[in-house]
Amino acid sequence: MGIENLDHYSQIILSLAALVMLSSFIMLAQGRLLRLVFVFAVQGFMLVSATAIAAYSFNNPHLYISAAITLALKVIFIPWMLRRHILKLNMHRDVEALNNKTAIMMGGASLVVFSYYVLHPIMQNSSMVLLNALSLSLAVILLGMLLMISHHQAIAHVVGFMSIENGLFFAATVSTNGMPMVVELGVAFDVLVAAVLFGIFFLHINSSIDSLDVDKMNRLNEVDQ
Amino acid sequence: MNVLFAIIQTLLFIALAPLLAGWVKWCKCHLQNRRAPSLLQPYRDLIKLTHKQPVVSKDASWLFIIAPYIIFSTTALAVSVVPLLAVDLPTASSADVIVLVGFLAFARFFLVLAGLDVGTAFGGMGSSREMTISAMAEPAMLMAVFTLTMTASTTNLSFAIDHVLQEGLVLRPSFIFSLSALMLVAVAETGRIPVDNPATHLELTMIHEAMILEYSGRHLALIEWASQLKLMLYGVLIANIFFPWGIAETFSLSVLGYGLLAIMGKLALLVVVLAISETLLAKMRLFRVQEFLSFAYLLGLLGMLSHIILEAAH
Repeated sequence: MGIENLDHYSQIILSLAALVMLSSFIMLAQGRLLRLVFVFAVQGFMLVSATAIAAYSFNNPHLYISAAITLALKVIFIPWMLRRHILKLNMHRDVEALNNKTAIMMGGASLVVFSYYVLHPIMQNSSMVLLNALSLSLAVILLGMLLMISHHQAIAHVVGFMSIENGLFFAATVSTNGMPMVVELGVAFDVLVAAVLFGIFFLHINSSIDSLDVDKMNRLNEVDQ
Repeated sequence: MNVLFAIIQTLLFIALAPLLAGWVKWCKCHLQNRRAPSLLQPYRDLIKLTHKQPVVSKDASWLFIIAPYIIFSTTALAVSVVPLLAVDLPTASSADVIVLVGFLAFARFFLVLAGLDVGTAFGGMGSSREMTISAMAEPAMLMAVFTLTMTASTTNLSFAIDHVLQEGLVLRPSFIFSLSALMLVAVAETGRIPVDNPATHLELTMIHEAMILEYSGRHLALIEWASQLKLMLYGVLIANIFFPWGIAETFSLSVLGYGLLAIMGKLALLVVVLAISETLLAKMRLFRVQEFLSFAYLLGLLGMLSHIILEAAH
């Protein structure tokens, strides 16, 4: 069956899935850190709305709680913290020179095709149309990895890591109606701890190599060359 | 009867295009805290230009003189294919959306030739820039259009719009993507900010204006009118494909009047969006246009992918 036979809630969830993927692409092309963090917050917000709609349409109240946790962590707290770090380290004026942006984007598009190709056999046996969104969440995960590979700034790496987590969360929401509450709380707590630890690491990296460009870490040698 | 209606609709389209351009200017002026010229100012400009004597360089060939007429008539033909008030157009069934893109490419080809013809530096520069941009914009536009035609399983605009109408409100992720791709392409193709600045006085940053620098009088009027037509054509395409509600499905007078009101309302809203984005954005460097258009292509590609991934029957 095609999309026109689904109810409006499923259509909205699928559209939001597509928009989450689009935001991953926008992050991939973004050279300014403040904007990167903003797009990350928007991605989190779309994830929250998709979860809330899923909670309502599947009549699954515990998804409201995970939506609320995501809202507090990924839309408000982590972007706020990253923003504060960027401003404090005076990096908001830097524009990261991304080499070969077009090739990265096209690579991202082929990752989307790849994740669809990988998940196609599973979807054939599945009756849930929403499993379609699973391939998109796999794409979001892979795009997050691509973001970490293509950017040099440590903060961009953190954003890529968090967007991988977004993809996992979305996959859990659409395919199994959310993880068990214990797991969800554990993951949320882990993300929170990771965010704080990253903040400490930023300060340390910045004080030792005077930059957050991880490529410069290659210069750190025991022996002077 | 239907053919007569198609002719009337095309004439109406041509007559309304300067009004739309005036509305764009009005919105932009008010957003930028300037006093706006009257909505009818583009009409006055066109009349003024037709009364002036055209000055043609002694080095210009016949191509330079004939080009404005070809550009205007091809754009008018392209316009006649697009359903404005009513879905069921006899002209729309004779030419599909690929022909429409072809008409626009044909008009652009002659504009570029005319820019090269007089041999000024700016004309050649503008022509080369225009060709660069169009070479990148066309695949993106076709990608966005193919998504629509795959959904409706027809390349005919009338049938496609009818399909969207009959289906009712279906939220398609692929339409969101192709809508944004088509908007980006429309900005590039009609020469608006951030790709080109239609009101610029700096020859070095011009694209469209650089090609028509040598034109004056009624030739200039025809070219200006054609570019206003093109702006309206893209607006009508976006409005009627993605939000076709309100378009007339029968030929009764009241339904047609309602259709006219609907399309004018939709275009007015669309122009407000355009004016806001033009006020917020700055013109980008020429070498960044490539990134802008490859992003549009990516959006079109994602639209097609999500049509296949998310919407197709399994």
